[in-house]
Amino acid sequence: MILDSKIPEGPLAEKWDKHKFNVKLVNPANKRKYEIIVVGTGLAGASAAATLGELGYNVKAFCFQDSPRRAHSIAAQGGINAAKNYQNDGDSIHRLFYDTIKGGDYRAREANVYRLAQVSVDIIDQCVAQGVPFAREYGGLLANRSFGGAQVSRTFYARGQTGQQLLLGAYSALNRQIAYGKVKMFPRTEMLDLVMVDGKARGIVVRNLITGKIESHSAHAVVLATGGYGNVFFLSTNAMGSNATAAWRAHKKGALFANPCFTQIHPTCIPVSGGYQSKLTLMSESLRNDGRVWVPKTVEIAQRLRKGEITVNDIKEEDRDYYLERKYPAFGNLVPRDVASRNAKLVCDEGRGVGASGLAVYLDFADAIKREGQPAIAAKYGNLFEMYAKITDENPYERPMRIYPAVHYTMGGLWVDYNLMTNIPGLYATGECNFSDHGANRLGASALMQGLADGYFVIPYTIGDYLAQTPYDKVSTDHPAFKEAEQNVISITQRLLSIKGNRTVDDFHKALGQIMWDYCGMARNAEGLQFAKQEIRKLRDEFWQNVKVTGVNEELNQTLEKAHRVADFLELGELMVDDALHRNESCGGHFREEYQTPENEALRDDENFAYVAAWEYTGPGNQAVLHKEDLKFENVKLTQRSYK
Amino acid sequence: MDLTLKIWRQKDRNAAGQLVTYPLKGISPDMSFLEMLDVLNEDLLVRGEEPVAFDHDCREGICGMCSLFINGRAHGPERGTTTCQLHMRHFKDGDTITIEPWRAAAFPVHKDLVVDRSAFDRIQQAGGYVSVNTGGVPDANAIPIPKTIADKAFDAATCIQCGACVAACKNASAMLFVSAKVSQLALLPQGKVERKTRVENMVAQMDVEGFGACSNTGACAAECPVGISLDNIAMMNREYLGAKASSENVA
Amino acid sequence: MNWFTKTFSSTIGRKIIMSVTGLFLCSFLVVHLVGNLQLFNADNGESFNVYSHFMATNPVIRVMEIVLVLGFLFHIYDAFVLTRRNKTARPVDYAEQHPQENSTWSSRNMGLLGTIILVFLIIHLWNFFVPARFGGLEGVVIDEVDYDNLYLRVVQSFQIWWYVAIYVISMVALAYHLIHGFQSAFQSLGLTHKKYTPFIKTFGYAFSVIVCLGFAIIPLYFFFFA
Repeated sequence: MILDSKIPEGPLAEKWDKHKFNVKLVNPANKRKYEIIVVGTGLAGASAAATLGELGYNVKAFCFQDSPRRAHSIAAQGGINAAKNYQNDGDSIHRLFYDTIKGGDYRAREANVYRLAQVSVDIIDQCVAQGVPFAREYGGLLANRSFGGAQVSRTFYARGQTGQQLLLGAYSALNRQIAYGKVKMFPRTEMLDLVMVDGKARGIVVRNLITGKIESHSAHAVVLATGGYGNVFFLSTNAMGSNATAAWRAHKKGALFANPCFTQIHPTCIPVSGGYQSKLTLMSESLRNDGRVWVPKTVEIAQRLRKGEITVNDIKEEDRDYYLERKYPAFGNLVPRDVASRNAKLVCDEGRGVGASGLAVYLDFADAIKREGQPAIAAKYGNLFEMYAKITDENPYERPMRIYPAVHYTMGGLWVDYNLMTNIPGLYATGECNFSDHGANRLGASALMQGLADGYFVIPYTIGDYLAQTPYDKVSTDHPAFKEAEQNVISITQRLLSIKGNRTVDDFHKALGQIMWDYCGMARNAEGLQFAKQEIRKLRDEFWQNVKVTGVNEELNQTLEKAHRVADFLELGELMVDDALHRNESCGGHFREEYQTPENEALRDDENFAYVAAWEYTGPGNQAVLHKEDLKFENVKLTQRSYK
Repeated sequence: MDLTLKIWRQKDRNAAGQLVTYPLKGISPDMSFLEMLDVLNEDLLVRGEEPVAFDHDCREGICGMCSLFINGRAHGPERGTTTCQLHMRHFKDGDTITIEPWRAAAFPVHKDLVVDRSAFDRIQQAGGYVSVNTGGVPDANAIPIPKTIADKAFDAATCIQCGACVAACKNASAMLFVSAKVSQLALLPQGKVERKTRVENMVAQMDVEGFGACSNTGACAAECPVGISLDNIAMMNREYLGAKASSENVA
Repeated sequence: MNWFTKTFSSTIGRKIIMSVTGLFLCSFLVVHLVGNLQLFNADNGESFNVYSHFMATNPVIRVMEIVLVLGFLFHIYDAFVLTRRNKTARPVDYAEQHPQENSTWSSRNMGLLGTIILVFLIIHLWNFFVPARFGGLEGVVIDEVDYDNLYLRVVQSFQIWWYVAIYVISMVALAYHLIHGFQSAFQSLGLTHKKYTPFIKTFGYAFSVIVCLGFAIIPLYFFFFA
């Protein structure tokens, strides 16, 4: 299989404009003859569904939550980047492009990233017009902050809930189209299979989560905006319901899965407190603007601390190791996420971690409070401090926060070309669901940007190009392909319900998460990955013999929903391990212990691995087949990332 | 800690429900309330009983999916807290905890503790938006907004649409929820263009859905996990009266 | 329905009617109390009887009487409609609830308080208003003019301990009704402002207590001192 990324010819800065001119258009009167399915209603899905509805297409939108406004984009805290240069501090489209490519450790496509930087400015305009209440200065204009290691202030924010405000903007646009009848909304409905007719994506099979009814929906194109797969790890900052099922089932129908091992581990999360833990809570990265990260200088002090012989405030200044400031004097506490996370793991592996488990480092605001006063710090981070206090029962104004990295975002996803179309004609993937823009590591405040860029400004153009070449004819849901897919879903469901084993779905999920975290987490090595692969296979075999799912299909059955999702995670986990094992280099979120510089930094191998690894499904239990899309860098020079 | 749970169990929308008592042992005070329910559900599953259905998703207090009327209070005893952010340290060993679904004619029970809040979506669809298409909008900084106004609009925009206001109100009124959206958009210049039709249509839809009227008890604001203020209700009343008096909509 | 009836049969519209009529009834209370203060004139009821005669015969007052009756009727009717709607909005009640944690008792019991006041109103009208307007009182001559001796009825009525008790209890109910109702009316009309609302709340509280205290003192005064 040859992967054609369909990147337009011409200079980088002109590619998107030229492409927009070259794409075929659908006559306004003909748009209503096309139906488009959008799965997922987060930033990428809601914005796409709304915009496609505005253009005149008939859209059907699906989400598993009870309302489209609850998609997990809502939980994003920090902000959204845009190359507006409102602060006159030297930002530009090219700089945002460069930062994103470099931040992604040179594993993303230049053309996609440049387009992302270009449309970033339109996103802010669009959101403000919708009434999104971004932070403002006293003069009435928009405020910006610097975020996640960027050296310019290009992040627009809405207190600590930028994701919620942006999603509510997209949700309102979606609501408007629902009211007009251009979008038909199906909440509490989960996609369980993709339907292909003549090699093209022509519909989906869904399960109504209230009644259990298995239904088919036919369309001319299908857009998957179903988010990431961080919940493979069981514990992550993802919502409990976030899952990979829609994307994975599309993968099983032939869509390639790209760079599955690129997982972002966020450095500032509240540490695990016990085995009952169901999810991890992120504390916004913006905290690192004022907080200083440290651990005790020696193992001995750390041990005494963990035993409770001393408290954190007993540790003298000279016994504290501000390791990020020490190792990275230029960026200090603001190094990119992967670097900050890995260093936290390193010091904890050395035995210098804090907290009862020893799996935490301090994030200390004492200096900032001394410098700016408690009210100023409270104004900036009050809601985050409150959240921390609620969860841990500790007051972060009086003692440093304890933080530890947690799985947060998956850069990998369905392989798409420049048009965001997968290798299956008519099947698109947007937002976190695709792999395209963040390379091996995503910069802070870039996820919201990508989701909205894809939905508002990319797919509305590119999908028209495809539809203009597609006949109006509808495929009936009585078509054998639909019946076959429905039968497939019914048989998987029946199988899950009929095992009646002894081990719960959550138990399997936790076991999988532990394997993934231990061997395919912040640091990986060949031996561990090979072991993990065997363990996952064993666990998967056991799952299909011993899982316990109560109830029936024809009801609201949350255990059954989870079982479907975990069944897919058990397959996806293995692919992540395969990908991590084959990539004999370290880059971004993928750190192979065998490939590091003498200073423990990631050591890339551009000669052999400057490609996108796109995996093809070849049947149950079979080894996936690797396809490579070589990455060409014509506008940036590949350098070793250095934040010293 | 050991607890006794009294949980509303209801098979589906049409079935009658009842409170069922479950003893639960070995709960850690550091668990969240939903993690405590996870433990119960794992116990039930192992015993071959059907787990309790409840809504939840982000578990960090922002998605608004979790609900639960706990010991006579929406989202439990802590102020400014969603159920997912409520921790068991706020309960005592030996406590009996009653857990019920949101109760309102407009929020029918799907199953156990899961209710149907689609009425809220329909109210939003009636006018909770600014009618702008994607593209063709002015530069973001072309619309300066005084910081005090922007902050006020923001305070209203923080609503997470969980429905605690309806659950806590003795009339099951949705005024706080609806007014939060109406106020946000009425305050901002972007929303002023459609302010009259918006409030007329959203209030009409609110009434169609069968929510109660506002008695100004303030229970909604007191129980709101994100602190939406009663000022929004006053603002909506003002908007409504003004719109009805001056709009040209005679239907 | 046209836009007008639609507006005032919406939940907010009905609350607007409740507010406007409520505030109007508050103004009536002031007039009524000021008039009644003449009972305290040590003139054996002369000024009070003259005043009550004026109130019963003046054409402007007679017109206002009709407005007042309409005010009561709308207030009561909408209260009834809203209460029914509110009850149907929650068909299944909670097994356990602790509303005292989030709201005041009076705000939750306006219907109960209003019903007490309505019962009081019927008793009160039956005893004073009906005979004064339609006859049944003894006569009295003041400055060679015949008047109905309403004053005598007042003195006689407030000798009965349970009658006084009804009045005092009803005035307590009215006070609680007004404590919530007064400021609530401004909220329902959207008349809130950072600067003025605190004053409205304080004023409403003082108003409720002072007016109801003023009314309650009358039966107590006659019971203990007349």
